[in-house]
Amino acid sequence: MDLSCTPEEEEFRARLREWLAEVLPTLPPKPSPDDWPGRRAYDLGWQRMLYDAGYADVHWDASPTVRLIFLEEAEKAGAPYVGANFVGLLHAGPTIAAEGTPGQRERWLPPILRGDEVWCQGFSEPDAGSDLAALRTRAWRDGDDYVVSGSKIWTSHAEVADWCELLVRTDPGAPKHRGITWLAMPMDAPGVTVRSLRTLAGSEEFAEVFLDEVRVPVANRIGAENDGWRVTMVTLSFERGTAFVGEVVACRRVLGELARQALANGRWDDPSLRRRLGQLNAEFRALWRLTQWNVSEAERKGGAPGVGGSVFKLRYSHARQELYDAAAEVLGPESLDLGRPWVLDRLSSLSYTIAAGTSQIQRNIVAERILGLPKGR
Amino acid sequence: MRFQPTDDQRALRAGVRGLLQRRFGRGALRAAVDRPGALDRGLWRELGEAGFFALRLPEADGGVGLGLPEAVLAFEEAGRALLPGPLVATHLAAGQVPGAASGQTVVTAVYGGLVEWLGEADVVRGDATGALPLTSVDPMTPLHRVVRAAEDRLPDPVAVLLTAAEQLGGAARTCELAAEHARVREQFGQPIGAFQAVKHLCAESLVRVETARVAVYAAAITADPLDIAAARLLADEAAVRCARDCLQVHGGMGFTWEAEVHLYLKRAWVRAQRMGSSAESEEKLAGELLSEVR
Ligand SMILES: Cc1cc2nc3c(=O)[nH]c(=O)nc-3n(C[C@H](O)[C@H](O)[C@H](O)COP(=O)(O)OP(=O)(O)OC[C@H]3O[C@@H](n4cnc5c(N)ncnc54)[C@H](O)[C@@H]3O)c2cc1C
Repeated sequence: MDLSCTPEEEEFRARLREWLAEVLPTLPPKPSPDDWPGRRAYDLGWQRMLYDAGYADVHWDASPTVRLIFLEEAEKAGAPYVGANFVGLLHAGPTIAAEGTPGQRERWLPPILRGDEVWCQGFSEPDAGSDLAALRTRAWRDGDDYVVSGSKIWTSHAEVADWCELLVRTDPGAPKHRGITWLAMPMDAPGVTVRSLRTLAGSEEFAEVFLDEVRVPVANRIGAENDGWRVTMVTLSFERGTAFVGEVVACRRVLGELARQALANGRWDDPSLRRRLGQLNAEFRALWRLTQWNVSEAERKGGAPGVGGSVFKLRYSHARQELYDAAAEVLGPESLDLGRPWVLDRLSSLSYTIAAGTSQIQRNIVAERILGLPKGR
Repeated sequence: MRFQPTDDQRALRAGVRGLLQRRFGRGALRAAVDRPGALDRGLWRELGEAGFFALRLPEADGGVGLGLPEAVLAFEEAGRALLPGPLVATHLAAGQVPGAASGQTVVTAVYGGLVEWLGEADVVRGDATGALPLTSVDPMTPLHRVVRAAEDRLPDPVAVLLTAAEQLGGAARTCELAAEHARVREQFGQPIGAFQAVKHLCAESLVRVETARVAVYAAAITADPLDIAAARLLADEAAVRCARDCLQVHGGMGFTWEAEVHLYLKRAWVRAQRMGSSAESEEKLAGELLSEVR
């Protein structure tokens, strides 16, 4: 057991650190959360800078340790988060890299890496959330196209996306897991309508997507027809396995800020608050170790991340909510002021135990796939 | 980064597990419960011969010459097996107290205002004069209370870490016991593990075990006092809560003397107390948030 990096990895870290220190001051100011075109431009611009400097493919080509170093250093330096590039870089891209044909990889991967195209995830439907395989959006063959009709919901970044990783039902007669197909759908195709939804944080974070006889070329299918559930499992393992890593570093930074704020406003004198922050420190230290553990395991075994991602996602999503509840305790009455830092984070942390599979679903996965308990009815 | 046990470390763990299964299986465990206060000296010497106490002693001094990560893996196994005795104190005395390394001498120490196994120990480290016997809640760990202000400070970080490793082992074992029971016990015509209320108790246990595991292993690598304090908090939580949930999953059977679950819970309480109050560890970790320059 070892926590050290190789000389090459340390060299990568040092070069990256130097580069970040150089370029971060040149970034334009961050757009406001509701300025969607501004956010798209900002996130793509950052991706382009990474591309030009040779860091763009770190999420899928580099070794897991190098990816970890990248996320750690970027977050420590205060670099922009993946933002609108989340789906493309962290799960659609890796899925196409793993499951696509050479032609498909050539078509979709370079634009994601260069920061030319944004992806969104069209999995959930109004009647198929946790029970994702119950999805009903239909697709039937017409010559070289699929014709798609139905609707998707909770689609993050739909407003600014160029492509959608779309799950459709291609065989309504088959058992529900068997008749699904994974398609890359252009968001500007005729028949696609996006209607944004307002979140409890007041922002327009996600949207409903209506699909009315949208034509998607058969060539845009990733994997075989009706084999989409298997491909989806690949996508979800990336989503749960690696997507939240950088955030743990950010949470540790917030914890330090909370302590200093508490010292400044006198709340630090309360031993119960101090003990709570101490517990959270232990918690986030352990979450960082869990990240290193999962990365080391992935490096040892190779392939897509395993169910260890569910263990991490469960513990992390709850810890993040506790962190911002502690922030409210530090802030006192100010915690009700939306203008204060941490208050919006507290609101958005509420989605962490729901999005990317609820805690209840993750517990089922851990119990059935790791502990071998029987499937429930 | 290779934050996973090496082949040698896996072999060591398997070796300790095998030894304990042979020498301290279920029968021996029940016998130990029925003879409270008596330490199996033969087993103690066998542990000594196997290098359990001398694990970290340099080879030049007759030890095995391994490090904290190996010691942590061995203590995790001891925790799994619920092995009784002042293991941590004797291990720490190896190379300092004659006979400790070989298991000839049983060494105990004053930790957290308590002394374990005072009656059976050959050597006591720390001042235990006037120690008063308690009716120990753990039938396998005789306890004496020491009332001295000097003992209120946090014990040696290595003692804290090895205790956390024992807690981890206990937590992992109760998580397994819960899942095993949930797979076979049937109610309403199906295994109880198919019910989500039960399934989710087991899943939460697993998550606690794995989180504590990485904290304990990382602390063994860095030997950093703050890593150790964090590991201790997570391991105590995992040991106590996994045992409680395991008891719940066993239903009425879990509340009996016959089932082993209560022994794990009681030992977890003893070990949590051994390391002094958790408030101290928490305060230490809170202090770090202010001091660290980021
Ligand atoms: C901020 C945010 C962003 C999102 N972004 C996207 C996106 O970009 N693309 C996308 O496709 N989806 C997205 N989602 C959707 C997300 O994946 C779903 O909300 C989630 O899977 C839950 O589905 P649901 O909302 O239909 O809730 P439901 O499935 O109706 O669940 C409601 C409650 O019932 C519980 N429940 C349901 N089934 C079970 C069961 N078998 N056992 C125990 N409890 C159960 C759930 O845990 C939950 O508590 C997003 C969601 C959020 C909140």
